[in-house]
Amino acid sequence: MSEELRSVGLDVGTTSTQMIVSRLTVENQASAFSIPRMEITRRQVCYRSPVYFTPLLDESHVDGEKIREIVQAEYKKAGISRDTVDTGAIIITGETSRKENARAVLDALSDFAGDFVVATAGPDLESILAAKGAGAEEFSRETGKSVVHLDIGGGTSNLSLIEDGRIIRTGCLNVGGRLVKFDKSGALTYRSPVLEGICPWKIGEIPTLEAMESLARTLTQALEMAVGLREPDRLLEALATREAGTVFCLPPGERVISFSGGVADCIEQVLPPLQFGDLGPLLGRAIRESGLCQEEYRLGTETIRATVIGAGSHSTQLSGSTVFCRNVRLPLKNLPVVPVDTPGEIRRELAKQDSQSVIAMAGKQAPSYREVVSLAEEILSQAQPPVLICLEQDMAKALGQALAARLPPEAEILCLDRVAVSPGSYLDIGQPVGNAFPVVIKTLVLADGETNTD
Amino acid sequence: MNKQELAAMVAQILSTMDEPPMVKATEYHAAAPQPEAKPTGYGDGDFVPDVTQLDLRKLYLTENPENKEKFRKMKERTPARLGSGRAGPRYKTLTMLRFRADHAAAQDAVFSQVAEDYAEKNGMVEVRTCCHDKDEYLTRPDHGRCFDEENQKKIRAALPSAPRVQIVVGDGLSSAAITANAMDCMAAIREGLKIRGIDPGTPIFVRYCRVGAGDAIGDITGCELVCMLVGERPGLVTDKSMSAYITYKPHTGVSESARTVVSNIHAQGTPAVEAGAHIAGLIETILKKQVSGVGLHLEGAV
Repeated sequence: MSEELRSVGLDVGTTSTQMIVSRLTVENQASAFSIPRMEITRRQVCYRSPVYFTPLLDESHVDGEKIREIVQAEYKKAGISRDTVDTGAIIITGETSRKENARAVLDALSDFAGDFVVATAGPDLESILAAKGAGAEEFSRETGKSVVHLDIGGGTSNLSLIEDGRIIRTGCLNVGGRLVKFDKSGALTYRSPVLEGICPWKIGEIPTLEAMESLARTLTQALEMAVGLREPDRLLEALATREAGTVFCLPPGERVISFSGGVADCIEQVLPPLQFGDLGPLLGRAIRESGLCQEEYRLGTETIRATVIGAGSHSTQLSGSTVFCRNVRLPLKNLPVVPVDTPGEIRRELAKQDSQSVIAMAGKQAPSYREVVSLAEEILSQAQPPVLICLEQDMAKALGQALAARLPPEAEILCLDRVAVSPGSYLDIGQPVGNAFPVVIKTLVLADGETNTD
Repeated sequence: MNKQELAAMVAQILSTMDEPPMVKATEYHAAAPQPEAKPTGYGDGDFVPDVTQLDLRKLYLTENPENKEKFRKMKERTPARLGSGRAGPRYKTLTMLRFRADHAAAQDAVFSQVAEDYAEKNGMVEVRTCCHDKDEYLTRPDHGRCFDEENQKKIRAALPSAPRVQIVVGDGLSSAAITANAMDCMAAIREGLKIRGIDPGTPIFVRYCRVGAGDAIGDITGCELVCMLVGERPGLVTDKSMSAYITYKPHTGVSESARTVVSNIHAQGTPAVEAGAHIAGLIETILKKQVSGVGLHLEGAV
């Protein structure tokens, strides 16, 4: 038995806006004599849009209407419509996510794109999606090597540390190819405010090639510091992003460096410095000549499209296949996750939320029936329906049943398992595929290395 | 094999016995004396640690490995006895002891009995197939599928006539599996059936039970569906694995392909309560579609 999900990814970045459509194959991986175990077995990109420049209304507003037109046109070209899209994610990345209307545009787009196309943002998720989309996570899983992945875009570089196929740390730096822009004559037309104190050029000034190369080398040094190849100093601090809590800075270690993002395309190609009217080609060359490419390095299986492919192909995961859902209208979007260690904390934790939330618990491996019942009773002494619960251990169906037996038949109950979420993340839950439910975890990777992306 | 062939074979074997031995006595050298064994750290009367308590997925015994951490990570995905190292051409003592312990546990699970008071304690009537003891049960599978007059009477007295669902718990080939899982699983099945508006009926316990005993119970009660929880033949990974066999319209002679099976119910496989909740849903589907086994798959219902 196999089913397909059509998934859409849309990335509205600092420089470029792109869309992809991918086909996720969902199959029962268990034998006919066992309980079904639905898994996503294949992710195939079946449509790629051209790379558009991200339309802006002015320096602080994204042109939501233009993006909507792009999506509409691309849906037509891809032969899909809102109703035939099962899942997907829209992400606003890099400097664009700092625009004043970013959130509003994102939410409007996600509703327009499909019932269960979720809106996402945030440098952590961006790093995760880029690493997955570029195949860096898979490379680490296949080879067992540690990988630092750098997705170097127009405004920001998203970094992730991957060990044994698991993304364990993410970070973000204000290093990108389009922090400065030039006209055809080489005169400066834009300088990002993040370069204050690093680059002294004024608008209209024509910097020398040496000065441009020097800026590219400076930005590259910040990357070297972040991945543990150079002693960190104030430069790294200066280029850290506002959003990230701590500066991404790894101790030295044996790691494969992996690249994606638009600048990755400039690493192995020699391009005219002003090909794109920005620093991209020179930054690519500076990276190639730096310590980043001295040892083993690889270009991602995707470069400029890594993040959008991550959003389209890797944002959706499946819950366990023995789960419980009664009277709950799906999809549910943007549910805050409330992690509790014991059911006794539920009331207190729920009181802190002002909207419907999901209670997240570890659960117990192979619990007895009595334990399931007492857990159900404790939960009901703390919370009123609708009861939304998400567990790590395989026990959701039994717990859901026990809850249902103690509530009126019209009570809303949703119990999912095999979903691990970290505090501060948000959950989106879609219509079931077979017995499993597609979920998108908008996770925060914690600075101490704890992660819950898989 | 006829007499002539046998004679020829014996003659051939005898002829090889005249061949010179592989090592001649004159070439034999006594092995150099080995240094005395190191002290083990155990004194008289001490117990060695219980080898069955070690988690095989974490136990890595290969000496001087190329990459110990990576191998250990791979091992976490399988219960197979990998990376057990060696002592010369043989297993290490620990590997050997653990293998024998697991094998013994598997045999014990087959030969031991579900406790005398198990059925009563759990509120079930106990009946017995035509087998009189474990030996007969193991050597005569056919006797494990039927009931004598007396037990038939007991079944009639204990169970209502023509229930929709009849749950049967049978010891099968692993008493340990039933003791560990059956009651948790059954409680979840019963609760699941109740919230679906299906009467879970009166469960019954069968000693010396084969899967086919459920067919005989179908004949006697005229139930619409039998769900049998039965101990699986133990292996070296676990001795506590249970299966559920669900048969729609069970009767003697029903085809094996008409059974829907949920296997591998144990703590490391599908947890008993979760399996029970799943089985309740399966029972609902089977009653609705009026077919079980391969037919249910063809309906695309599972």
